[in-house]
Amino acid sequence: MLEQNISSLIKKLRKKEITSVELTQSYLTKIQELNPSLNSFITVCSESALAAAKQADAAIDAGTAGPLAGIPIAHKDLFCTQGTLTTCASKMLSNFIAPYESTVTARLEQAGAIMLGKTNMDEFAMGSSNENSHYGLVKNPWNLNQVPGGSSGGSAVAVAAGMAVATTGTDTGGSIRQPASFCGITGLKPTYGRVSRFGMIAYASSLDQAGPMARSAEDCAHLMNAIAGFDPQDSTSAEVDTEDYLADLNKPLDGLTIGLPKEYFGEGLDSGVADAIMQAVKEFESLGATIKDISLPNLKLSIPAYYVIAPSEASSNLSRFDGVRYGHRCEDPKDLLDMYTRSRAEGFSKEVQKRIMVGTYALSEGYYDAYYLKAQRIRRLIKQDFVKALNEVDVIMGPVAPTTAFSIGSKTDDPVAMYLEDIYTLSVNLAGIPAMSVPAGFSNGMPVGLQIMGNYFAESKLLNIAHQFQQNTDWHLQTPSMEKGA
Amino acid sequence: MSLDKQDVQKIAHLARLALTEEDASQYQSSLSSVLELVEQMQSVDTEGVEPLSNPLEMTQRLRADEVTEINRRDAFLANAPSTEAGLFLVPKVID
Repeated sequence: MLEQNISSLIKKLRKKEITSVELTQSYLTKIQELNPSLNSFITVCSESALAAAKQADAAIDAGTAGPLAGIPIAHKDLFCTQGTLTTCASKMLSNFIAPYESTVTARLEQAGAIMLGKTNMDEFAMGSSNENSHYGLVKNPWNLNQVPGGSSGGSAVAVAAGMAVATTGTDTGGSIRQPASFCGITGLKPTYGRVSRFGMIAYASSLDQAGPMARSAEDCAHLMNAIAGFDPQDSTSAEVDTEDYLADLNKPLDGLTIGLPKEYFGEGLDSGVADAIMQAVKEFESLGATIKDISLPNLKLSIPAYYVIAPSEASSNLSRFDGVRYGHRCEDPKDLLDMYTRSRAEGFSKEVQKRIMVGTYALSEGYYDAYYLKAQRIRRLIKQDFVKALNEVDVIMGPVAPTTAFSIGSKTDDPVAMYLEDIYTLSVNLAGIPAMSVPAGFSNGMPVGLQIMGNYFAESKLLNIAHQFQQNTDWHLQTPSMEKGA
Repeated sequence: MSLDKQDVQKIAHLARLALTEEDASQYQSSLSSVLELVEQMQSVDTEGVEPLSNPLEMTQRLRADEVTEINRRDAFLANAPSTEAGLFLVPKVID
């Protein structure tokens, strides 16, 4: 029962072969069973989930059900959910009950989806391994000694281990795609502005984008239909029409041109990952695609540009945590300055404080031009590389990450090594284009994700390409053995 | 680019973060290694390249100057560490 996809679950729910209460209960049981070892959830909402499931069953009976009525999902604990603890995996927000609802979670609720709980993540979405959470690290269900990736690690693990049908994630520099890759699931980072940021706790506002994480491209399309679209509450929401993301899934891929950037296959790429990616590319050739070698010459610069722009925006965004209106406040502050500085030092982890300080420095007097403006000029060069490439090819493919999941603790002492992990994902956020991670095989028993990058607002095309691949392969149906055995 | 301890304390002050001596020496090396990483940017010629702040190059949308929110003072005060008579309380600022 837990291995169903959203389309078949919708049919079963409508035909009364199963009720949402039964389905929701089975996922809650699974969470109870597996979460103690995986730590994928920060909050589990058993009571409210079952109450919502009961309502969904009633709505199905009454014929008033939304498109996702009764489907149990979970949200990254970065989306504000009214009346529910919303922590961003930080001590700073460990007592924060969101007073309002994010657009993403509101739209999914409106569509009838059931919220099982809130998933673990790297604190304030800053990390690539989910080792940086106030609520403890998350483990990869394929190998409990390895990281699930980050920052949306809890969301990826919840899907991979069968603790939710689908989840939401956010992606500022790869935080949907890299954990999807490490955990063998499908994830989509939409075009910047495609999905509303309203009610998302901000990390880097010009890069942040929410998206779906699920077993398959088709499941992601179901979620996109609910969450995509203009939102007047988000000042950078794109006023561009949405599509029915399910409509084009079955289009044949004849005539598709795929670009392979040489910079994605160079030094540092694990050979097992490279083999899996090239095997996937061959599969696309057999489906009628043409392969073309291309170049994204400024790829390497995405790391320094990102690690100036993201911390700069973070230092500004996180200045709101002052111990006055919400969040952690230190004991017995002497004066206002003491309250600010101690509340923030106690509430934020070292990694978060470090990024705030990098950003503060980059924005400070005398350094702004050399760091922030310079990074923004490089950002334009990176965007131009993609625009040029996507004039020649329909989509770009490569690995999501240079390796499969790494061992817990292996990169925590060398933060720069951790930053280098993001080499294939950061540039996509800097350019603002959409990209997916699609399961494409294994290397040493760990999942490998194929990255598919497309033009602005080409989410439908990406989902179509991924779906066709998944009609002809079964990598996305593989599940970790702890899931099979449980 | 490497920072000394005084630089780190100055940045921490601007960011309103209280650092112990031990914290300051840790950040001195970790911030320096990040700054070293981003230093690569300086080797690139960006003469004549305009900075890109919004990937879609959209400008900020303005809305009509109308009241759209209802008063939810109690809901917002509920998360505050300290309140009194409908106000946020902070340590004494003026004697």
